[in-house]
Amino acid sequence: MAADEPLVLGIETSCDETGVGIVHGTTLLADAVASSVDTHARYGGVVPEIASRAHLEAMVPTIERALKTAGVSAKDLDGIAVTAGPGLAGALLVGVSAAKAYAYALGKPLYGVNHLASHICVDQLEHGKLPEPTMALLVSGGHSSLLLSADITSDVRPMGATIDDAAGEAFDKIARVLDLGFPGGPVIDRLAREGDPRAIAFPRGLSGAKDPAYDFSFSGLKTAVARWIEAKKAAGEEVPVRDVAASFQEAVVDVLTRKAVRACKDEGVDHLMIGGGVAANSRLRALAQERCERAGIRLRVPRPGLCTDNGAMVAALGAEMVARNRAASDLELSADSSLPVTDPHVPGAHAHGHSHDHSHDHVHEVSKENLYS
Amino acid sequence: MDTATPAVTVALHDGEAVVASSGQVDARRHGELLLPAVDRVLAEAGLKLDAVTGVVVGVGPGPYTGLRVGLVTAAAFSSALGVPVHGLCTLDGLAYASGIEEPFAVATDARRKEVYWARYADSRTRVTDAAVDRPADIAEALAGLPVVGAGARLYPGAFPDARDPEHQSAAALAALAAERLAAGDGGAGSGGFLDPLPMYLRRPDAQVPKNYKVVTPK
Ligand SMILES: [Zn+2]
Repeated sequence: MAADEPLVLGIETSCDETGVGIVHGTTLLADAVASSVDTHARYGGVVPEIASRAHLEAMVPTIERALKTAGVSAKDLDGIAVTAGPGLAGALLVGVSAAKAYAYALGKPLYGVNHLASHICVDQLEHGKLPEPTMALLVSGGHSSLLLSADITSDVRPMGATIDDAAGEAFDKIARVLDLGFPGGPVIDRLAREGDPRAIAFPRGLSGAKDPAYDFSFSGLKTAVARWIEAKKAAGEEVPVRDVAASFQEAVVDVLTRKAVRACKDEGVDHLMIGGGVAANSRLRALAQERCERAGIRLRVPRPGLCTDNGAMVAALGAEMVARNRAASDLELSADSSLPVTDPHVPGAHAHGHSHDHSHDHVHEVSKENLYS
Repeated sequence: MDTATPAVTVALHDGEAVVASSGQVDARRHGELLLPAVDRVLAEAGLKLDAVTGVVVGVGPGPYTGLRVGLVTAAAFSSALGVPVHGLCTLDGLAYASGIEEPFAVATDARRKEVYWARYADSRTRVTDAAVDRPADIAEALAGLPVVGAGARLYPGAFPDARDPEHQSAAALAALAAERLAAGDGGAGSGGFLDPLPMYLRRPDAQVPKNYKVVTPK
């Protein structure tokens, strides 16, 4: 690693993982994570207030653990990056407040960065510099987006997104219908390996000729699977769990990979990266590999540990901000639950001579209740 | 500093007196306001943060989101600078600032038509643990007592003898902490400091919101 590469600490608290990563340029030095996922499991989803409480408890110990693992002193950092959004407002606020306090106490520049852009940038830690442009498919319990990254620090364009459930949510919901617990992704992946993906022809959402080319819909699929299971039960027959899992999973990854490859072809982009928790799905990886090869597209998928939410991805993007001389954030930096994907980072109000105001609601639908409950 | 109530307040105390302080009342912008306030207070005193030998933080009780801003900031300062953090009950700051030297109570707004409250023998001595209740349910127990804080003003029917101050000030919190540090009373227990951990007094709402994590851009 080059001596002039920036040493950056990244903090991620947008959902239920308290993540702190430290990178030196594109080299990962530490990736500490404390998760409250087990606490949420019995509710079948992430409870915002429980996540926020867990972040507060874990925040500083996780930062200290990351520094220790990396073997660096906080004084040597070139910057501190933090997820400014999108995510759960109360959860984001814990990370943003901690990042500001560390940056201020240490006299280091602060970079509020976009969670989605971080998911893309993390691949640099695995496969080296990200080619630009790169098409990115982000799939998790919170995201299903197709993004075109022309410059990961300044130009990320939304191509398409889910119009209802996120891909990971669909896995969770089907796992619930099949009584497989939460989260649903890993267990469905495992059972699907022993099932027949062609056993049941579940619908492929938004795949008609007149449908939006790059948007996704998983709500109809979820209903179709639930109805199919109910019908089996009503007929007094046993539900072939493995075949249902395999056929459902095939319907999801078929649409995801088909649309991602089409977007690459349409835009003339020859690199596709897949990130987010669902990128750990073995069938998604295999089918994406197969279709990319056929289309002459280079596929980049980070290892599963870097696909889920973590601090390393935030540090990776922060390091890129430092390397490309992007303006730092200021001490007024807000946690913005609906930060648009088109803002890879949140420069300070005076950085560009204009104030950073977007027209969207700063208080997210989900977090309104949580803000002062 | 204290962010457990609608006030975002920061003060610098040199062991003898408050050197500089800041107080802003804005229940929805704790995250944005706290660090700039720290910076202003230090600038006014002509000092840098590394001159600070200890951090005092109000641990609540208070509505969760704002409360966490002060606590995580204090913990981060402590970690980055290697200085101790002392927790104080937020209500104790209001009690100390009132200067009342007879039995009284402090009540702050807990939202949901409730107040966070505690009883005091005098401005330095809390005699009950902080609790959260509906004003009508404690009005009888506190009848005849002066009540300090925003909770009293919000519910004049239950607390007719409202007293100042209405809002928390870090200056009072710092002065109280300086007194206790000078007295060598730094240990745990009613007279000393609390661990810098949040005093929520309520269990989290354990409901998964519908479409809980759909944060993808439209
Ligand atoms: Zn994510």
